[in-house]
Amino acid sequence: MNENTGDTILRIEDLAVHFPLGGGLFGGPRRLLHAVDGVDLELKRGECLGLVGESGCGKSTLALSILGLQAPTRGRIILDGQDVSGASAGRKARARIAQMVFQDPYSSLNPRQTVRRTLEAPLRLHGISASSEIEGRVADILKRVGLRPEHAERYPHEFSGGQRQRIGIARALILEPKIIILDEPVSALDVSIRAQIINLLLELKETLGLSYIMISHDLGVVEHMSDRVAVMYLGRIVETGGWEEIFTNPQHPYTRALISAIPDPFRRSRGAKITGEIPNPLDLPTGCSFHPRCPEARDICRAPSTPEFRQVGKGHLVRCRRVGEIGMPEKALLA
Amino acid sequence: MTAKPLLEVENLRIDLALGNKKFAAVQDVSFTIGHGETLGLVGESGCGKSITALALIGLLRDPLAIGGGTIRFDGREIQSLSASEMRKLRGNRISMIFQEPMTALNPLSPVGRQIAEMFVLHKGASWREAERLAVEALASVRVPAPDRRVEDYPHQLSGGMRQRVMIAIALACGPDLLLADEPTTALDVTVQAEILDLIRDLSAAKGTAVLMISHDLGLIANMCRRVGVMYAGKLVEERAAEDVFRAPSHPYTSGLVASLPLLGARARHGRQRLKEISGVVPPVAAFPTGCRFNPRCYAASDICRANDPAATPLNSGGFVRCHHHE
Amino acid sequence: MKLRANLLIGGVLFAGVVIAGIFAPWLAHTDPVMDANLMYAEEPPGQEFWFGTDAQGRDIYSRVLYGARISLTVGIVSQLINTVIGVCLGLSAGYWGGWWDDFVNGLTNMMLAIPSLIFALAIMAILNPGLTSLLIALGLTNWSFTCRLARASALSLKSQGYVQAAKVLGYGDLRIMLTQLLPNMLGPIIVIGTLGMGGAVLAEAALSFLGLGIRPPYPSWGSMLSDARDQITTAPWISIFPGLAIFMTVLGLNLLGDGLRDILDPQARARRA
Repeated sequence: MNENTGDTILRIEDLAVHFPLGGGLFGGPRRLLHAVDGVDLELKRGECLGLVGESGCGKSTLALSILGLQAPTRGRIILDGQDVSGASAGRKARARIAQMVFQDPYSSLNPRQTVRRTLEAPLRLHGISASSEIEGRVADILKRVGLRPEHAERYPHEFSGGQRQRIGIARALILEPKIIILDEPVSALDVSIRAQIINLLLELKETLGLSYIMISHDLGVVEHMSDRVAVMYLGRIVETGGWEEIFTNPQHPYTRALISAIPDPFRRSRGAKITGEIPNPLDLPTGCSFHPRCPEARDICRAPSTPEFRQVGKGHLVRCRRVGEIGMPEKALLA
Repeated sequence: MTAKPLLEVENLRIDLALGNKKFAAVQDVSFTIGHGETLGLVGESGCGKSITALALIGLLRDPLAIGGGTIRFDGREIQSLSASEMRKLRGNRISMIFQEPMTALNPLSPVGRQIAEMFVLHKGASWREAERLAVEALASVRVPAPDRRVEDYPHQLSGGMRQRVMIAIALACGPDLLLADEPTTALDVTVQAEILDLIRDLSAAKGTAVLMISHDLGLIANMCRRVGVMYAGKLVEERAAEDVFRAPSHPYTSGLVASLPLLGARARHGRQRLKEISGVVPPVAAFPTGCRFNPRCYAASDICRANDPAATPLNSGGFVRCHHHE
Repeated sequence: MKLRANLLIGGVLFAGVVIAGIFAPWLAHTDPVMDANLMYAEEPPGQEFWFGTDAQGRDIYSRVLYGARISLTVGIVSQLINTVIGVCLGLSAGYWGGWWDDFVNGLTNMMLAIPSLIFALAIMAILNPGLTSLLIALGLTNWSFTCRLARASALSLKSQGYVQAAKVLGYGDLRIMLTQLLPNMLGPIIVIGTLGMGGAVLAEAALSFLGLGIRPPYPSWGSMLSDARDQITTAPWISIFPGLAIFMTVLGLNLLGDGLRDILDPQARARRA
């Protein structure tokens, strides 16, 4: 891409993560699980990228690779201009660029540490030792996430789920990173609490100039928060584009199926557009890996090699050989 | 078929014993379900929707117990039934599916056998006959190659397939009432859509009434004819599903509707800041006096803090429990 | 919070033994080793000799008090060694996995397959009898349960969100193990350690009884029992009092361990909350 690269905070080129299964002394033939299989992705400064797909599509593995918790098999990850795909770029160096907010606010906080300790320890680890500065940053971050200064002395079990998630967000922000990966940030929260956290995340993004990668299966939340959306299926991105393109003009049959699977509260309609389940990732179908479940599949879809991306609009790419031939489903016309 | 409703719940109260104290985890809950009707119960964790379902099927366990009110199923009071009468009812005329089918299925028995058991137990079928019926039951929940799948153990199936097996077991004896407690929460959206279609189709075909429980207001509105909204152990609003999103009456319901980022909303109206409901869901031991929603309600006044509102009938059918509803 | 009976009784018994051990020089009536006086051999318990005297005329009361020092030293120090070894091996094996985990697992299984007392016997037979050898023998042979517990805890804790979060924040492996995993597994490990202390007191007694632990004339409950074998019918007090001391100490430690389990078990605590 020869666009303005100064605008790009994260670039992923042809990233693949393969897990060996079996093998060993008596394990039979070694097989490779292609969890992430050739993903190209770009995140701009101040942007929220929604990453959607069903469980097992590789979105979590992708997030872990960006954070350095999962070594990639192939490909490059360029974080804020630094190539961090090699083994040399450790976790500590990445920590100040990219952080993560976890799904479960209960298991993601150490029950034996006060909020203060949870927030101070990373600062000390990264060489900030002046106690006035540490105190100032902790107080500031607590205020930003909507907690009171006296909350710092408390333990996680003294907080509600929503407040715990605020602490999790504060922990992700304490090192002043540029990218936050949000892994299902509201799905474990009570429904009446979700709006508080969504609003907080959007505010923080504006005031601190953050970039988000948000993993979520809740398409309502993804539509609300994202600037761009990438849809993953079996380790590959099958469609990517601006949020409006994806939600009002989805082109890949899988994206359409995901959108129409959301129950419409205003009418009692049938939801299922596709049948069957995700195939065994050890035994991928030839050609387009979605073809066994695709209502639009033809012989051309089964032909070997993965479909290439085709451009269907500005920044709107689709991996489907029949794009343009398939008509719009009536329900996808949301606008 | 009688004109009487299939299930009548009146002023149900469920007590939670904590130490020496008893707290009403569910109170004043009344609703009816007619033959073949679908009612949805929506609420957040701890609002009492799941334990209400367990009370209906006689599965409340210590420290929870029915503390008052009546549950009439097909004209008979469920509380007055003996344990063996209740067992005959359960699985046969009322059955239930749960959020996580893995914990509800026996891991050591092939799924076909677990379905066949229902026919042997409740219909007096021979094992040979029951096994044939099990294959049919699996086919009816759209499991591919059912004659081979009956041999599988639960761990060999995916989450969606396991939930289908659960539904096959639950519907095996053609029950009059199916209780579905968050049946799709653990599943992916495309699988969820299929399971919901399945429940919808099978209950319609067999005339089974369904009580669907979920935290997902959109799902309930889509699946059910009538919706009851629960908050902190009370049914705060009950009405036709299409009205819940269009014209919610209770401040909690309207707050929820406004706080959800609905699919398509941004494309239609642009991004609007979501309306927040302040505060948190109270735990059972700390339910507030008066209207239980009053500490979080924008319209709360003195009367809301003092008195628990009674159910006010709505013109469009159903009721709402709110002092400020006119 | 209600104080549990087992915690209370166990605590009182254990505290009694600790006080007896620490204040032995002040509480004792005579020197436990030197004050042998055949004039008073095998005196029954009475005004002058509270617990009676043994075959050499030594005051059993004083010897039991000094014996507490040996038992406690052996129990606490050997169990500390066991706990440190078990936690280091188990925690690192559970956290890192891979070949190190396989190796530690193999080692643990091997240790479990050898009866620990026989193993300690073998070590004592090679080393010279004495306190240091006892500590080494008992400290190296009883870590396998702690190790298994630490490994299982590490395995379940390492997938917790806060451990992932610590990695994302740039914590090194050692720091994660010490600050995130260890504090959260400490409860059950303390319980196992306390119960193991009772076992170590018994093992010390057994080794000393067999003449491989503390050598006479130094007073150890086990060697006192061993010395009293011949007089068990004629002068039963010589064996009753050290036996009773062992019994009370081990019972106290076991009750204390049970009581601590009730307090430290996070599930039990959640139920009360």
